[in-house]
Amino acid sequence: MANTLVASDLDIQKIRGEFPILHQEVNGKPLVYFDNAATNQKPKRVIDAITKHYEKDNANIHRGIHTLAERSTTAFEETRKLVAEFINAPETEEVIFTKGTSESINLVASSFGRKFIVAGDEVLISAMEHHSNIVPWQMICEEKGAILKVMPIDENGDIILDDALQLISDKTKIVAFNHASNSLGTVNPVKALTKAAHEQGAKVLIDGAQATSHLNVDVQDLGVDFYVFSAHKMYGPTGLGILWGKRSLLEKMPPYQGGGEMIKDVSFDKTTYNDIPYKFEAGTPGIANVVAFKEAIHFINEYGKENIAAHENALLAYGTSELEKIQGLRIFGKAKEKVSVISFEVEGIHHFDLGMWMDAKGVAVRTGHHCTQPLMDFYGIEGTTRASFSVYNTIEEIDVFITALKDIIKKFR
Amino acid sequence: MSQSISDIQNEIIEEFSMLDGDMEMTIGYIMELGDQLPAMDESSKTEDNIVKGCQSKVWLNATQMNDGIHFEADSNTAITKGLVSLLVRILNGRKAEEIVDADFFFIDKIGLNRFIGTQRSNGLGAMMKQMKIYGLAFSAKTAGN
Repeated sequence: MANTLVASDLDIQKIRGEFPILHQEVNGKPLVYFDNAATNQKPKRVIDAITKHYEKDNANIHRGIHTLAERSTTAFEETRKLVAEFINAPETEEVIFTKGTSESINLVASSFGRKFIVAGDEVLISAMEHHSNIVPWQMICEEKGAILKVMPIDENGDIILDDALQLISDKTKIVAFNHASNSLGTVNPVKALTKAAHEQGAKVLIDGAQATSHLNVDVQDLGVDFYVFSAHKMYGPTGLGILWGKRSLLEKMPPYQGGGEMIKDVSFDKTTYNDIPYKFEAGTPGIANVVAFKEAIHFINEYGKENIAAHENALLAYGTSELEKIQGLRIFGKAKEKVSVISFEVEGIHHFDLGMWMDAKGVAVRTGHHCTQPLMDFYGIEGTTRASFSVYNTIEEIDVFITALKDIIKKFR
Repeated sequence: MSQSISDIQNEIIEEFSMLDGDMEMTIGYIMELGDQLPAMDESSKTEDNIVKGCQSKVWLNATQMNDGIHFEADSNTAITKGLVSLLVRILNGRKAEEIVDADFFFIDKIGLNRFIGTQRSNGLGAMMKQMKIYGLAFSAKTAGN
């Protein structure tokens, strides 16, 4: 175990210095922020970029001819280019800005679904999906008379690959699942499932919300058709999501929403639509968020995804081993490969009570069903307590968390 | 009943003031209060009697008696049970109209706003509403008689 504690070369104290929010007391105790899977914190350079945009460069993008409009547009489009490089997208125009992962999935379900899904078709998801990757598919299936099928998982929280492969057939139109599970941490076999889906002519959408800040994401290497994620889970602003899709598909798909920006020509008889990405970006976007997101990607690139992952894996290993020592504690999600998320329950203590006590001790954890009710049903539980780690977390913080947990358990026994 | 709804709330405010705003002590005290809540009859823990929050579950039942309305309640979480016990303590044995008109000023005074707030995490807000609905129902019934 000991060797995992010094797995990366990162100066974590220096990194912590970049995050103003971490340096505060909550309920009289130093804040320990372990709710990173819900949203992680923002480095000062991201916060400063938002301020700078409004103080110096703010103007609406794309059609202005004045200097501020030009600056604003350039900054906005620079982020698109950087995002494309970050996920190794073949073309910058394939990167579409949305409100978040949920909107990205809704866009594909609605637009791809309207164009390509017909009665009797099948949509395949997994048993560990976030509601965002369940409900949009249910809606389009209901509308089209298509069938939603679910890839089963085992007790450890891994997709049962043989069973999943059996479910992919020539009726399958799209397979949609997460790269990493928000509740369990499981890293899913994207390549194997994508290959099987493509052999049957199905398309693949990956929900990368929990993956992009931990794993190396190369959409060409993964071979998928759509990859969606959120800026706010990777040190960027809230309210900004990414949809990457293959040009050949995006061009065939109808617009999701109508409005400014997405049109070429409008008359009362007929409107022609703009090219991608603009076809899918109706209305004024969250310009400052997009501009600031560039700094979040710089942050990740500067410290290096591999170093960040190594540090988070060390936290995951240490946290898991310490939790496993506690009697009556059960961890949900023991997949072979995980991101730094630990979901657990303690016998005799409701997760709500545990979360409130943790908060009183300055430790922020998430409790509940984590928007994965079908997964909770699979385990026969109402919810869990979830601790999730980011690059700025430390072994010492895990010690604080474990001490707090032991103290809380004593109060209930 | 000698004490008014306001009197009991002031009493609660005074009890909590001794905890000095310390969140751990506050939660500990709320849990102690929950332990003292009289056990609810298992047969009353029906689906109909559930007041549902997002994360915790509360059962609430009300019976009209000669001296006023009597509540029995329980929760599957210790902290929510403690919060329920405070409401029961304030409203037990009151007349329907008193319950309908009750203003729960103690919640703000003892810093429990966060337990209702905008979070759907527990049933406290829903519970207060349900108690008033019982009050309304019983007063309508009385008026009908």
